[in-house]
Amino acid sequence: MTVHVQPCAAPAEDPVSRAVRTESGQREVFCGLTGIVWLHRKIQDAFFLVVGSRTCAHLIQSAAGVMIFAEPRFGTAIMEEKDLAGLTDANDELDRIVTQLLTRRPDIKLLFLVGSCPSEVIKLDLSRAALRLSQRFSPGVRILNYSGSGIETTFTQGEDSCLASLVPALPAAQDETSSLLVIGSLADVVEDQFMRMFDALGIGPVQFFPPRKSTALPSVGPNTKILMAQPFLPDTVRALQERGAKRLAAPFPLGVEGTTGWLRAAADAFGIDAATFDRVTEPNRVRAERALGAYKAELGGRRIFFFPDSQLEIPLARFLARELSMQLVEVGTPYLHREHLAEELKLLPAGVALTEGQDVDLQLDRCRLARPDIAVCGLGLANPLEAEGITTKWSIELVFTPIQGYEQAADLAELFARPLVRRAKLVA
Amino acid sequence: MQLTVWTYEGPPHVGAMRIATGMEGLHYVLHAPQGDTYADLLFTMIERRNKRPPVTYTTFAARDLGRDTAELFMTAARDAYARFQPQAMIVGASCTGSLIQDDPGGLAKSLGFPIPVIAIDLPAYQRKENWGAAETFYQLVRALAGPNAPAPGTKRPERAAGVRPSCNLLGPTALGFRHRDDITEITGLLGKLGIDVNVVAPMGSTPADIARLGDADFNVVMYPEIAGQAASWLHRIFHQPFTKTVPIGVSATRDFIQEVTALAGIDPAPMLQASSSRLPWYSHSVDSTYLTNKRVFIFGDATHAIAAARIASEELGFKVVGLGSYSREFGRELREAAKRYDVEPLITDDYLEVEAKVAELHPELVLGTQMERHIAKRLGVPCAVISAPVHVQDFPARYAPQMGFEGANVIFDTWVHPLMMGLEEHLLTMFKDDFEFKDGAMPSHLGTGHAAPVAEAVAAPAAAVATESVATGVAAPDIASATAVAAAAAVWAPEAEKELQKIPFFVRGKARRNTERFANENGVATITVETLYDAKAHFAR
Repeated sequence: MTVHVQPCAAPAEDPVSRAVRTESGQREVFCGLTGIVWLHRKIQDAFFLVVGSRTCAHLIQSAAGVMIFAEPRFGTAIMEEKDLAGLTDANDELDRIVTQLLTRRPDIKLLFLVGSCPSEVIKLDLSRAALRLSQRFSPGVRILNYSGSGIETTFTQGEDSCLASLVPALPAAQDETSSLLVIGSLADVVEDQFMRMFDALGIGPVQFFPPRKSTALPSVGPNTKILMAQPFLPDTVRALQERGAKRLAAPFPLGVEGTTGWLRAAADAFGIDAATFDRVTEPNRVRAERALGAYKAELGGRRIFFFPDSQLEIPLARFLARELSMQLVEVGTPYLHREHLAEELKLLPAGVALTEGQDVDLQLDRCRLARPDIAVCGLGLANPLEAEGITTKWSIELVFTPIQGYEQAADLAELFARPLVRRAKLVA
Repeated sequence: MQLTVWTYEGPPHVGAMRIATGMEGLHYVLHAPQGDTYADLLFTMIERRNKRPPVTYTTFAARDLGRDTAELFMTAARDAYARFQPQAMIVGASCTGSLIQDDPGGLAKSLGFPIPVIAIDLPAYQRKENWGAAETFYQLVRALAGPNAPAPGTKRPERAAGVRPSCNLLGPTALGFRHRDDITEITGLLGKLGIDVNVVAPMGSTPADIARLGDADFNVVMYPEIAGQAASWLHRIFHQPFTKTVPIGVSATRDFIQEVTALAGIDPAPMLQASSSRLPWYSHSVDSTYLTNKRVFIFGDATHAIAAARIASEELGFKVVGLGSYSREFGRELREAAKRYDVEPLITDDYLEVEAKVAELHPELVLGTQMERHIAKRLGVPCAVISAPVHVQDFPARYAPQMGFEGANVIFDTWVHPLMMGLEEHLLTMFKDDFEFKDGAMPSHLGTGHAAPVAEAVAAPAAAVATESVATGVAAPDIASATAVAAAAAVWAPEAEKELQKIPFFVRGKARRNTERFANENGVATITVETLYDAKAHFAR
């Protein structure tokens, strides 16, 4: 049993002409600051200092859910009345806080000053602050800035802003040979699986961005080929392209088909022949297909509704529709990048209701009317929908759990099957 | 600016949300950027509410800032009114919303809704969650009950003969620590006394209920942090007296009964004789002997912390070694309470300062919030939660009030369970040579069985060193080197080590810690048998 690995064998619909409903209104999504929650785990010697309000501090605390870490590598410089009223120089205050922080945490090698809604609105220039502080603390600590504010970014866009701010710090590639740069935070276990796969295919050198250590930044140059592991990185791609790198068009590595298409894009770019590609990937494809089989009965024919959250919605919907025969009622995404998602849009079944942006009350009305078997949504909506009898899947788990690649395809299916199994089990 | 990692309180508009979410028929239109909607999950996930909070956010974005954000606000308010048909509306701005100066109050008034629209102005860069809740409740009471106020100078009419006295319960909100169950407990207690509850607010009330607050004879202030300001206003305008005692603990509940019966003109004696809690008997039972002078550290909101200190000291026989609160507004009350237990009051919202204090005092039990639970876990000290901010597990499915006589029962259980039981301590002593038992065995009911926390004795002072140097702004040495320093500072002579082994193992860990501390403080390099007994004498109480 093998899957159709030709990514373009799908409905020949012109993705550009695909109808997309654009909504604006109340949005029930996290802001970009939340990216810190996974970025600080990924870049192990970095610290994220939000320059913001008490709300920002409370958000990060609530989004981190439980306080797993006694002293995590993020914090907030809370602006107070005197900072806004100009009674103190906000820059002096920031210097004081950063000095205090670095004195306390000598292990920090990379410090991000993260802009927030209030710091953006009062136009606090964090890029100048980062420059000034860098001069003071280099070479021991590198200080960069980016915006994670809710007026600029939604949820996963925070990672994009963070990575884009790191691009100027990347060293220039020295030699003429082609190299592959995989961008977007992946769980370490997933990175290692992909690395083994690239090795077996004969693709290399391969680097990952963000790196696990800020002192091991990948190099970039005109011979760098970018493979996006996450769909929410347009600014990072643009910044890398300005350094000469080329993006490989590919679907995202979710499910067997997505992973195969993603690896194939790299293989094609590195001139790996089809026979080698099939020989190397087949055992993994077969194994993943077999693992997925268990979930087909559970999920096949079930109707699913996506509220916008992470921008992973379209690749997820493609996987669920094509590999598990789920019916897509509505696929909401906070933002749709037509170019980066072109390969995905080609694969998405014709006639799917796509929504970009959100007016949450209207969308809830549509969801209630459609009564899907399962709705994918943020934590603010999950329990209210469950109370109305609609089974839900917390979207945030799709960002925090390793779901990419062959070995995780069945885990990804399980994330959707579990709430349905649970509801079926409960009699009281 | 203030550097913070974890915070005890959210911003003031979250306090306003706690009022709105606790009520029915009220809607909150909040001028706020995308992302501030995170606050919904506090209610739907932590409190497990089955409805979305009644809040509409404008969720403006950067592109809106160049356009008309005021229009955005008015559209959101209009849509919210049409969809939710509330009895009253509160409007305001979050921290970023307030920076763009759109005047939500004025804008909402201009829309001419046929319902009361109350503007809540919360200084987001000065104040915090509990203040925001208190201010919102006060503004609601003023706006909704105010029109029914008696004319200035008129006296309250006497209660007609044969009519039962009545009161309002003020202060419970959404996301409050056991507020839901406290309402049930206090309503029951008052009912038994012959006092009716007119309105419970904000929790469970509608704007129409708030408007009839003045009908009651007096007010019960359950949570002064939230209801204090409104109760003072009601006293001034409606001449309604209000209670000062918070009925948490057996003694406080009895004081409370005295207070409300005095306000209602009822004889408290039958009730005081008839009702009590199991707490006093359990405390007197032989099994509780081991609780004597257990050193307890207390931190939380002012109301719960002060009440906990009284219970700990007078009803459980603990020794209060630390008392603190993040409620700066109640600093005076907390300082007064601290004086009673002869401890230095700790009034701070910096959890690192609290952690340093816990490490320094090395208590045997911590009573605190979600933050202290983590601090205690890190330092290997048993802990029970007594106050918000809390975790999903602090919204239990079972009935678990803090107030009244049943609340005292709940408190006895919750605080004592993290400790080893008296009988268990005895048995462990008797069977101490059995191979199953090791030095520092954990209480058997705590899951980890008899896994001894070996590193605890060393880790606690090391953490104290690390956090103390943080507090003083000196670069913190890493834990490993701090441990090395602590270990190097006091070397045990073999015969002293042997003598230590003769001490019953359940106090051996403490003896070791105390001796090392004594040695370090007195510059003793080698701990001899003499040092051991010098330390024992020094710490004897």
